[in-house]
Amino acid sequence: MLQIVCTLLVFMVIIFPIGKYVYHITTHKKTFADPLFDRIDNGIYKILKIDTSNMGWKKYALSLLLFNACLVFVGYLILRIQSIGIFNPNGIEGMEATLSYNTIISFMTNTNLQHYSGESGLSYLSQMFVIIMMMFTSAASGYAACVAMVRGILGKRMGNFYCDVTRITTRFLIPMAFIVGLFLVSQGVPQNLSPNITLTTIEGKLQDIASGPIAALESIKHLGTNGGGFLGANSSTPLENPTVLSNIAELYSMMFLPAACVFTFGHMVYDKYQERKAKKLDTTASKEFDKPSSKVWLGKEGRTIFAAMSILFVIGLALCFFSESQGNSAVASAGITQTIGNMEGKEVRFGVAQSSLFTTVTTSFTTGTVNNMHDTLTPLGGLVPLLHMMLNVVFGGVGAGLMNMLIYAIIGVFICGLMIGRTPEYLGKKIEGKEMKLAALCIIIHPLLILGFSALAVSVQAGLDGITNPGFHGLTQVLYEFTSSAANNGSGFEGLADNTVFWNVTCGLVMFLGRYLSIIIQLAIAGSLFNKIDVNESIGTLKTNTWTFAIILVFVVYIFAALTFLPALALGPISEGLTLGL
Amino acid sequence: MSRQEKTKFITKDILGSSIKGAFVKLNPMYMMKNPVMFVVEVGFVICTILVFFPHLFNDKGDNLSLYNAIVAIILFITLLFANFAESVAEGRGKAQAETLKKTKKDTKARLIHEDGSEEMISASELQKGDVVLVKAGELIPNDGEIIEGIASIDESAITGESAPVTKESGGDFASVTGGTTVVSDWIKVEITSEPGHSFLDKMIALVEGASRQKTPNEIALNTLLVSLTIIFLIVIVTLYPMANYSEVQIPISTLIALTVCLIPTTIGALLSAIGIAGMDRVTRFNVIAMSGKAVEACGDVDTMILDKTGTITFGNRLASDFIPVSGIKKEELTEYAWIASIGDDTPEGKSTVELAEKFGCQLQRKNYENAEFIEFTAASKMSGVNTTDGHVVRKGAGDAMIQYVKENGGKVPDDLTLKVDEVSKFGGTPLVVCADYRILGVIYLKDTVKPGLVERFERLRKIGIKTIMCTGDNPLTAATIAAEAGVDGYIAECKPEDKIEAIKKEQSEGKIVAMTGDGTNDAPALAQANVGIAMNSGTSAAKEAANMVDLDSDPTKILEVVEIGKQLLITRGSLTTFSIANDIAKYFAIIPAMFQAVIPQLSVLNIMGLQTSESAILSALIFNAVIIPCLIPLAMKGVKYKPMSASKMLGRNMLIYGLGGVICPFLGIKIIDMIIAPLLVLLGL
Repeated sequence: MLQIVCTLLVFMVIIFPIGKYVYHITTHKKTFADPLFDRIDNGIYKILKIDTSNMGWKKYALSLLLFNACLVFVGYLILRIQSIGIFNPNGIEGMEATLSYNTIISFMTNTNLQHYSGESGLSYLSQMFVIIMMMFTSAASGYAACVAMVRGILGKRMGNFYCDVTRITTRFLIPMAFIVGLFLVSQGVPQNLSPNITLTTIEGKLQDIASGPIAALESIKHLGTNGGGFLGANSSTPLENPTVLSNIAELYSMMFLPAACVFTFGHMVYDKYQERKAKKLDTTASKEFDKPSSKVWLGKEGRTIFAAMSILFVIGLALCFFSESQGNSAVASAGITQTIGNMEGKEVRFGVAQSSLFTTVTTSFTTGTVNNMHDTLTPLGGLVPLLHMMLNVVFGGVGAGLMNMLIYAIIGVFICGLMIGRTPEYLGKKIEGKEMKLAALCIIIHPLLILGFSALAVSVQAGLDGITNPGFHGLTQVLYEFTSSAANNGSGFEGLADNTVFWNVTCGLVMFLGRYLSIIIQLAIAGSLFNKIDVNESIGTLKTNTWTFAIILVFVVYIFAALTFLPALALGPISEGLTLGL
Repeated sequence: MSRQEKTKFITKDILGSSIKGAFVKLNPMYMMKNPVMFVVEVGFVICTILVFFPHLFNDKGDNLSLYNAIVAIILFITLLFANFAESVAEGRGKAQAETLKKTKKDTKARLIHEDGSEEMISASELQKGDVVLVKAGELIPNDGEIIEGIASIDESAITGESAPVTKESGGDFASVTGGTTVVSDWIKVEITSEPGHSFLDKMIALVEGASRQKTPNEIALNTLLVSLTIIFLIVIVTLYPMANYSEVQIPISTLIALTVCLIPTTIGALLSAIGIAGMDRVTRFNVIAMSGKAVEACGDVDTMILDKTGTITFGNRLASDFIPVSGIKKEELTEYAWIASIGDDTPEGKSTVELAEKFGCQLQRKNYENAEFIEFTAASKMSGVNTTDGHVVRKGAGDAMIQYVKENGGKVPDDLTLKVDEVSKFGGTPLVVCADYRILGVIYLKDTVKPGLVERFERLRKIGIKTIMCTGDNPLTAATIAAEAGVDGYIAECKPEDKIEAIKKEQSEGKIVAMTGDGTNDAPALAQANVGIAMNSGTSAAKEAANMVDLDSDPTKILEVVEIGKQLLITRGSLTTFSIANDIAKYFAIIPAMFQAVIPQLSVLNIMGLQTSESAILSALIFNAVIIPCLIPLAMKGVKYKPMSASKMLGRNMLIYGLGGVICPFLGIKIIDMIIAPLLVLLGL
């Protein structure tokens, strides 16, 4: 308990400078590192002949799609021909077609759902040039979409996709990945291109010890909320996550960028309101111009979003931790005392606290990396990661979480706006029929993908074949797989025999639609709001920078998102928990 | 349409027609327009089929037919309740329309041909541009402009106001409305509207709700409701295979019951009724809104541009004092003020004469009968009298008089400006009096702010609406009145184009602007404003440009219309929140009930302690149906509205309709369960 609180408190301190730094990157404001990075970026623009002018939302979305499509094409080719002798000391074969398709979509969409095991399925060539490359680019794409949406909503020009991708990569992802990578190496994570080591154990049996560029992958895996492990067992293995310190480093790295996006948003809204104030004072020629306070923590609008996300996060974390520390009642009834809680599927070096924190973070920030097996969580402990992926707004993946939360904010504002008798408005923009149509579409996609495909999976033999646990737990496995795909999380409940044509194809589809449909719709909303003139703010205007609105937002998320999944959850984890006696 | 002060919520007639309407509207083609209720209707049809073929989808269970029948009946009642709500709202409008239609009975019109000959034709044959003669006692056949004559006209058919008004050719009082009656004299009218498109026709269509278009907010809300419906349909459709996988058999009718409970039927059923009732409230207020959009826009108003004269003040500036300049006796000033005003029939002039006589002026009117009266003109800005004994007496605006005196070689007293400013400062209008180019002093004309306005503006400020007063007065006078009335800003020496400028400026800051006006020169500003309210007494150009017409020609009514607009939105928002919040309790009723048979442990979730599965599901469904008629009065009357800040109002409404929406169904479903559970046992379920 104490270590959870301490970990989060320390995070709350270091996120402030990082959030501000990302905000400066986004808005092209000065940072200490500009002299170096300006040169690098300009070099890149020049060599690639990138036109850095502003784009409309359509062009922005199209650029994102094209960029991702090209990478998918290249990545798919490499996966198929990875058996060639370059960077392949372990002699890995080329990947099967449907698995390659699933893998490539999985990594391009920032999902990182793995239907393969890294140590046996990928050569170092693929690990470096497909997996690591996509971990950078997919995170940068998500970030770019997010800041473009924020700009649009605020009525600023949407920016340039290539510019945003380059800047976040060179100025944040690469340097941070480098630092985190070195730290992980210091903790004992391998970083080499050597073949696996085969040794004889004390029992006299042969064992392969994996090696390769693990630290490099590990750092960006978390920074970009990707989550696909170098090895099948992901961050629960000592090779990927050897110590408590490396665990905390990985934990923090995956929280940085999603939280920083909220900070960026908060600062940008603050700037907009300052500009507006200044403009107003200019026109009325008033002298009492109060200078913008030099210390802006994250802006009041940002605070609302951050608070709402935090409330959701803490509720989930509390439930997960509580449930895990209570242990498994079936084990208890077998006469085994569980003083340290439910340790099945957990690493002893992390214990219940670090495991449940990691579990909640990885699904809230939709990274998908695991340091314990979610399949063996207690039913209610397992409900939390499932629920947070279903909500997909509890900070969420790089960019995506904030974008989804803004959609819920729009819906929240709509209902609240009507209740005070005004046409609803958010951040000074009127929310009308067109935006509601798009927002409605956006909130339909998620349940449609998750529930629709889950229903399909339990109705056809190909789907049923994958289920390894009968009963309620089996349904939870299926739900988890599609939820993880739709939310672009990528964590596996594991236990599902998922490397089959059915699962590869369906999950690939869900990941693809879950990612790109949402992004396009969200950019469209931003594009539509961009064209509206700001409405006036008065005492009769709904304030969205208050704690009240943060709490309303939490309720809106629970009612709109959670209620949708309640019947399915009742048949899955809730029934399982109740039949097990909790 | 006579004004009904306290109309009963439902009359017997309306009740009868509404019940009939509730059945007529079951027509699927009609129901399609309301997707939420259409889903209920489809569910009803499927349930009805399942009554006769209970095993169509391999459902198992005892007494399935009976159970399905009960579900079907409840669904049917739900539909009727929803249609009934809409019918009641329409019925109230129709009752008003009936009264109007009686006025529209076919009248004869006396058509004047170009050669001057007359012909009696039916009013419906009149074309735009025709000229008709209307004599005393006859109905004006259609909307038009008076081109000749003057007459007093009874407009009670439209406005409910029984006192006749005088209309004459030229100026701002030339427009007449079809359906009104000429009481005395005669007029020649040029018809300005096509047959079937007169003001009366528009009014009938509007109050009937026939031409009701969905408003932007209604469309947006509808989108949200439809998307919720789709989401819950996805939930239910996918639940079936998942439940099958878990070996839970759920009867189709139960799934339909769950669907209907979860989709926002409450607000779906009441949405159009709320819209119609909102328009109806405006109409009852004797304001005709040309579209629902205008009423809605009222709720968003940030700035109101109000004319000072007529809206904020009575406009009749009455003399209240005489202030002589130094060296002049008050008696002398009083006498000359009297002389200057005897030929002046304006309220200002009349009141000056009265006041002078009150102050003891003994002059006789007959001595001045042959005097030459100088009329007030906009150019000279003064009026007066040239008496037979050679005196030249004038009164007029300060600057004009000073110039006039100077031009004629007179002297301007040193303290004149001081006196003039003093009067202006107190909100009065100073009229300078001079006799034989000698300035005597100032008549203090006072304009009074209408009672109750100060409180009203205070109310508006509470909800964040800024008021701007427009006046032709000088800045000082304007400032005084503005302070007295408590408006937030004023535009002094305002010309019609200044008004448009002011509106455009406010709009460029993203503000929604409302204004009232009546003259033809107000028309562009009325069109530019987001909400333009024209006075019925005004010109047809103004009425065309506006999106609302106030039949009583009371410019202060804009304030109430704004509140009605807000109330309309609040009612929608509150009932939506209520409807969605209800889902929580319904889940707790139905989910354990559905799965209890296979997963008995789920009964932990049955926190209401509902007695049987069937009773739980049916109770939730019955609650879902019954809540609709319970909320009809609220939908019709609108949520109570009190001006307060947005945050406060949000907190209050969230508490009542959000929290209330969570708690209310828990109680309701429990009570219904206690009643129907024993009945169901009797029926053998």
